[in-house]
Amino acid sequence: MSGILIGVDVGGTFTDLFLFDGATGRFETAKTSSQRGDEARGFLAGLDALGRVAEFAAIVHGTTVGTNALLERKGGKVGLITTPGFRDMLEMRRRDRPRTWGLAGDFRPIVDRDFSVEVAERTLADGTVRVAVDTQEIATRARDLAARGAQALAIVFVNAYANPANERAAAEAARAVWPNAHVIASSEILPEIREFERASTTALNAYLQPIVGAYLNRLQGALRERAFAGEFHIVQSNGGVMSVESARRRPVRTALSGPAAGVIAASAIARAAGFENVITADLGGTSFDVSLIANGATTLAAQTTVDFGLVIRTPMIEITTIGAGGGSIAFVDRGGLLQVGPESAGSVPGPVCYGAGGDKPTLTDAHVVLGRIDAERPIGGKLVRLDAEAARRAIRAHVGDPLGLDAVAAAEAIVRVADARMAGAIRLVSIERGYNPSDFALMPFGGGGALHAAALIREVGLKCAVAPRFPGLTSALGCVIADLRHDSVRTVNLMLDDLDAAALGRRLHEEGRAVAAVVENAGVPVERIDVAFELDMHYLGQTHAISAPLEVGPGGVTGEAVRAAFEASYQARFSRLLAGTPVKIVSLRATAIGRRPRFDLTALAPRAGARREDALRGARPVWFDGAWVETEIWSRLDLPVGAIIAGPAILEQPDATLVVEPGQSATVDPLGNLIIERGA
Amino acid sequence: MTEIDAVTLAVLKGRLEQIADEMDATLYRSAFNPIIAEARDACHGLYHAETGSTLVQGTTGLPIFVGAMAFAVKAVIDKVARDAASGRDQLRPGDTFLFNDPYDGGTHLNDFRLVRPVFRGDAVFCWIASAGHWLDIGGNVPGGFNARATESYQEGVRIPPVKFIREGRLDEDIVDILSANSRAARSNYGDLNGQLNALALGERRLTELLDAYGDNTIAAACAALTRRAEALMRENLRAMPDGIYSFEDYLDNDGVTDTPLRIALDMTIAGETMTLDFSRSSPPCAGPLNIAYSTAVACCYVALKHLFTDVPANAGCLTPVQFIIPETTLLGVKAPKPVGGYTETILRVIGVVFGAIAKAAPERAIAAPFGTINALSLAGHRGDGSRWVMFSFFGGGLGATPGCDGLSHGNNPISMATMPPVEILEASYPVMFTQWALRPDSAGAGTHRGGLGAIYEIEILAESGAEAFLLGERGKFAPFGAGGGGPAALNRFVYDTPAGQQAPPLASKVVDVKIARGQRVRLETPGGGGYGQPEARDRAAVARDVRLGYVSRARARELYGYDAGESS
Repeated sequence: MSGILIGVDVGGTFTDLFLFDGATGRFETAKTSSQRGDEARGFLAGLDALGRVAEFAAIVHGTTVGTNALLERKGGKVGLITTPGFRDMLEMRRRDRPRTWGLAGDFRPIVDRDFSVEVAERTLADGTVRVAVDTQEIATRARDLAARGAQALAIVFVNAYANPANERAAAEAARAVWPNAHVIASSEILPEIREFERASTTALNAYLQPIVGAYLNRLQGALRERAFAGEFHIVQSNGGVMSVESARRRPVRTALSGPAAGVIAASAIARAAGFENVITADLGGTSFDVSLIANGATTLAAQTTVDFGLVIRTPMIEITTIGAGGGSIAFVDRGGLLQVGPESAGSVPGPVCYGAGGDKPTLTDAHVVLGRIDAERPIGGKLVRLDAEAARRAIRAHVGDPLGLDAVAAAEAIVRVADARMAGAIRLVSIERGYNPSDFALMPFGGGGALHAAALIREVGLKCAVAPRFPGLTSALGCVIADLRHDSVRTVNLMLDDLDAAALGRRLHEEGRAVAAVVENAGVPVERIDVAFELDMHYLGQTHAISAPLEVGPGGVTGEAVRAAFEASYQARFSRLLAGTPVKIVSLRATAIGRRPRFDLTALAPRAGARREDALRGARPVWFDGAWVETEIWSRLDLPVGAIIAGPAILEQPDATLVVEPGQSATVDPLGNLIIERGA
Repeated sequence: MTEIDAVTLAVLKGRLEQIADEMDATLYRSAFNPIIAEARDACHGLYHAETGSTLVQGTTGLPIFVGAMAFAVKAVIDKVARDAASGRDQLRPGDTFLFNDPYDGGTHLNDFRLVRPVFRGDAVFCWIASAGHWLDIGGNVPGGFNARATESYQEGVRIPPVKFIREGRLDEDIVDILSANSRAARSNYGDLNGQLNALALGERRLTELLDAYGDNTIAAACAALTRRAEALMRENLRAMPDGIYSFEDYLDNDGVTDTPLRIALDMTIAGETMTLDFSRSSPPCAGPLNIAYSTAVACCYVALKHLFTDVPANAGCLTPVQFIIPETTLLGVKAPKPVGGYTETILRVIGVVFGAIAKAAPERAIAAPFGTINALSLAGHRGDGSRWVMFSFFGGGLGATPGCDGLSHGNNPISMATMPPVEILEASYPVMFTQWALRPDSAGAGTHRGGLGAIYEIEILAESGAEAFLLGERGKFAPFGAGGGGPAALNRFVYDTPAGQQAPPLASKVVDVKIARGQRVRLETPGGGGYGQPEARDRAAVARDVRLGYVSRARARELYGYDAGESS
């Protein structure tokens, strides 16, 4: 790997940058403040801090601009052209409601009803065009929508997955009159059955195009001003990178860009450290995000719900989120039960100990009261000291008094309940998916994950925890590491019993070539391109399909191989096969991964010559399991490879605090990761 | 009994709920019929060893099942006791019971319960159970919603609680009997297997938890959770002024005779207790709009859970509530009175609970939701002679609340069911949707208006045409408003005939109407009731409603005094 590679992760509070010089193996980091609505500013300030932008070879960016626009409903004005009778499809959803219990709640679709128009056209489920689209009518409607202020246009016709002809003709006619490039047809973005999910994904893509497009233009302009001549790429939700041009056309694929980059980095770090099975745990201010990596492969989810009624269906790294973060508020409910989250104090006013006006105790306050976080040396570098006394008072008043506990016992209770919620999320992605937790290592990242890693490996029975050397920088590092990737899905609806295997084989090869071409044309050097296939299948009569990985050789596929692939996947998930029941192939999926040259993580390892004893910073009392225990405090980054630290211990570094419980021990591995193991 | 500390309790609450949730998820993913897999018509939980009362419920289960499950488990407990007393049979580890009897802890015949004891040593520690809606269980109408049934026997096969797994051995003969009586035997068999998967998983997870924490601790946690739910419910009731609050609503008819059926509630709040007295309701009816006592209690539970969302879902929340539901009303019938249309009746019961609460505690008001499931079947034969049955429930508007407008095109309060995509329906059946749209002017007016109902119009593509069956309601009595809000639009069903468009004589109930190829059926569903005086609605909101076409100009003038000159 040559040249200077930069990873940039724009998070909610901070923008993290990671510089790696392939020629010398040197790395450097930078951190700037993020600014909502002007994310480019922190990005550029960070770049400038790292050196001469003109000398950088490549910049890879994990962005939350799309995510924030969705969550804050700040996308562009979208027009929708659709089939007669279906103008309300986005607002009608799949006829759901926000919560099981309680009926209050309203919903506003991202396309206003007066910007949703119907045109004469109809395709049937078998692909027959019953009414052909009239391109004149499309042009007229599109002109009118643009004149009324629509900035982007989505075209969604019923059954376009079965035959996209009408949509294609409409898109072409619309593009001819539309004032910008933001026109998208549903079959271009998701040729898959289920009109609401496809419409929602398409409309959200249109909604993001103006925002993400403007953001990328601004960055590209600023990079040009700095005479940057390298490559600029964006991390997708599926954990692969794509060209800026692709991101501009498919911004919906960036919805989980930042978190995905974190999981990619965690996966690479774990693999280098010898762990193929990992559960990543990112504890931020408001949420706890977990993701499972089995045999070195990240888990992908087919769709996600950004908010009630806003569905994005495009492969993305499966990240399970619960509302338990450092800022989560602890309270005793009216039934007398202690709860932590999901309400959060956020970063403003933040935890009580920040002294910024927060008066509700949070998880972070509990850590301060228990001595785990050093009130005199908070991480992140924003505050000089934390107000431990205020935290203690708030915990006593809001949690201790109602439960009859003193402040310290109440703080311990808060941490235990938070641990239990996080453990529940880990069980959800592991045990509930049929994985055995004792085969998995936990990789905590983000500022707070390592505070809980020791408790979580004990509580869930995980093999160990692997704390990366720079937990706060994982997402930026992931940008540098991530491979290129492109996925596609296509609904085929074929019965396995009368399968034309040769035709299916040809179709798979076609799809494979198409996705590989996208990666090839991205302009990033790759060592090789791997293409993989999956078939979504189910027993006839079921509605949920299972994705079965399938080997497709040069000679295509056979019906037997397809059946074997389905049965292996079905059995792994549900145990009971249903012999004699016909099997249907719903959709085929193809993925191309452009493998980038391996990033050598030894660049991050501790310097040679470090001595264990130089890393000891002293001791302080820390509360463990009902008692104050005099606990050694270590400077994590000063520990040499091979150092072993017996618990209880606290390890500190500028962007994270690590806890090792009594009876556990921690070892610094050759890459500088800290491996925490359960006691006997 | 072991005392349990507050922190362990908080931890165990999550662990126990996770078991029930995981059972739900297992069934959703492996079920065959879309009513479970997509519409999530299922529920799982843990139930008390002796009383069958609900200890732990998942967060995703079908609300109406959540309320009914305790009765289902009790029915099995009673059977076990009868068999033991008579010397006929003994309960053993590895046994599992199956039944669908609506009069003994069921709801209607399509809903199958599987109930299994979890043994610790020689004693039952608790029961786990699974309920799911099977696609077809015989009877006169495919899918079961026979609007004209006058006896249970016309609605399908009734299975009382029977032991169908004996010490781990499944009785295939019982499966054969079930299969022989269904139009959808394969689907039912797939769902049965899914439910067995869920039970096996629940038993395994619970055993792990008991081993980790000890039986006494788990038992103490369950008891404490029940006590806390009861305490919260009592606190909620205490906060309401004492008094008797009455509310009435009507069903259109029973599908047989065109006479309205009254659902009348006299709700007494006295201190921290509540009495729900339905004695003034109509007597049992000839058609399938009756419900059994257990179903009536279950739907009151659903109503209370929607009103008091902070009370956990376990038996404790019903402890302070008394029920008076005489057998002389249509809400407490015994076999063989038909109950296949129970969904309509329970929706009306839930509505009158909302109506009474709106009087007692206006800040908690929920205006009436659309209030009908509109069980529509279209059935026919394909070119190759094979039979097709498209069956679905349809949506409508939810009622407004003091906080906001109602949700447009929501699902009913008894379920979290979603609708299958149009494209899945069109790919599976010879039909084409010509409308899948919101229905303007269908919402009740108010300071907050109700959500909008929908228009579904379906053209038959099958060469040989189709038959249509509908079991719906609200064709004559509209969803009511609350706090001065107005009513929503009525349900409306019409179909093409050679003589032009026609509406059924019993409004929203028809059996076996012939629809020719190229002709259409059209269902227009009610919105939700409004909340508060319409005159007080924000003018910009009215203008927006007009601009977006939710409310026509004419209705806006009539209901809100809106002047077309007002701009948005």
